[in-house]
Amino acid sequence: MAPQQRKPHVCRNPDLIRGVGKYSRSKMYHKRGLWAIKAKNGGAFPKHEKKAAAAAPAEKPPKFYPADDVKKPLVNKRKARPTKLRASITPGTVLIILAGRFKGKRVVFLKQLTSGLLLVTGPFKINGVPLRRVNQSYVIATSTKVDISGVNVEKFDDKYFGKKVEKKKKKGEGEFFEAEKEEKNVLPQDKKDDQKSVDAALIKSIEAVPDLKSYLGARFSLKAGMKPHELVF
Amino acid sequence: MPFKRYVEIGRIALVNYGKDYGKLVVIVDVIDQNRALVDAPDMVRGQMNFKRLTLTDIKIDIKRVPNKKTLIAAMEAADVKSKWENSSWGRKLIVQKKRASLNDFDRFKVMLAKIKKAGVVRQELAKLKKETA
Repeated sequence: MAPQQRKPHVCRNPDLIRGVGKYSRSKMYHKRGLWAIKAKNGGAFPKHEKKAAAAAPAEKPPKFYPADDVKKPLVNKRKARPTKLRASITPGTVLIILAGRFKGKRVVFLKQLTSGLLLVTGPFKINGVPLRRVNQSYVIATSTKVDISGVNVEKFDDKYFGKKVEKKKKKGEGEFFEAEKEEKNVLPQDKKDDQKSVDAALIKSIEAVPDLKSYLGARFSLKAGMKPHELVF
Repeated sequence: MPFKRYVEIGRIALVNYGKDYGKLVVIVDVIDQNRALVDAPDMVRGQMNFKRLTLTDIKIDIKRVPNKKTLIAAMEAADVKSKWENSSWGRKLIVQKKRASLNDFDRFKVMLAKIKKAGVVRQELAKLKKETA
């Protein structure tokens, strides 16, 4: 039954101390109105009959008994969910990437994907970082925010970034001697168009803020005298 | 070299250690050789060891252990806040605090400003050098 606008019920038997209620058993019986329910039902508490249990199919004795007792694995009720996002990371935050090809680059955060990774873009025109996934642990969140309202990131998910599965070629002798990979990994045109469309709206809101464009184009580095534990990002 | 800043009633001091680090307080009474009774408009009057205090040049005119209202009035009359903020010590502390609170973007903007300023200075210098050469 869908609960309709119920007011949260106040406890009928508040605790005096932990383990000791204010009202005795007889008082609680009266408070719960069990007497009224019984009166309505003619002196006994209403009960319904048990549903007839569906007849279980006759089990045959098993053909095989294992020699030793097989241990059952412990029950695991954990659900997989995306990594908890730090409170400082919200859509439009400027992040500093700390590892990988783009280490030190300041980059705009778009959204968190279902795998937990963060979807991020340079924008490409400004600092060469394309639409890319990045792990939250390898990122410093700054307190600078970019207006991201004009950007549509609905279509990007983990599958978009997955490796393309190639069809297996049959092995022939002649092919071993030919150049192994003739086709280079060319970025398909639709990915380039996606990048352009995401960046167009972003770049407009970035240029609205003075110096933000050159800020995103510059890399972050620690200089002499900078103490990371004392820096405010 | 004689001392110039004395522990006296009404001397303003800066707390340099402990929970009230960085606050300006008024010495309101001396308890014994090591401790003073100290008060400020935003804190409860309490004792503090002299080792936790650094004396400043500022002094206000109060009697021994004034009540809070009189203390605040005396501080307003002597204009402690603006005297402190205009002194070079006070200004240094304000700048330090500002620098510590700068955001990564702010630090970038400061760097650009420094470069710009250095460029202007260098241009002027080059001009002057050319004139005297």
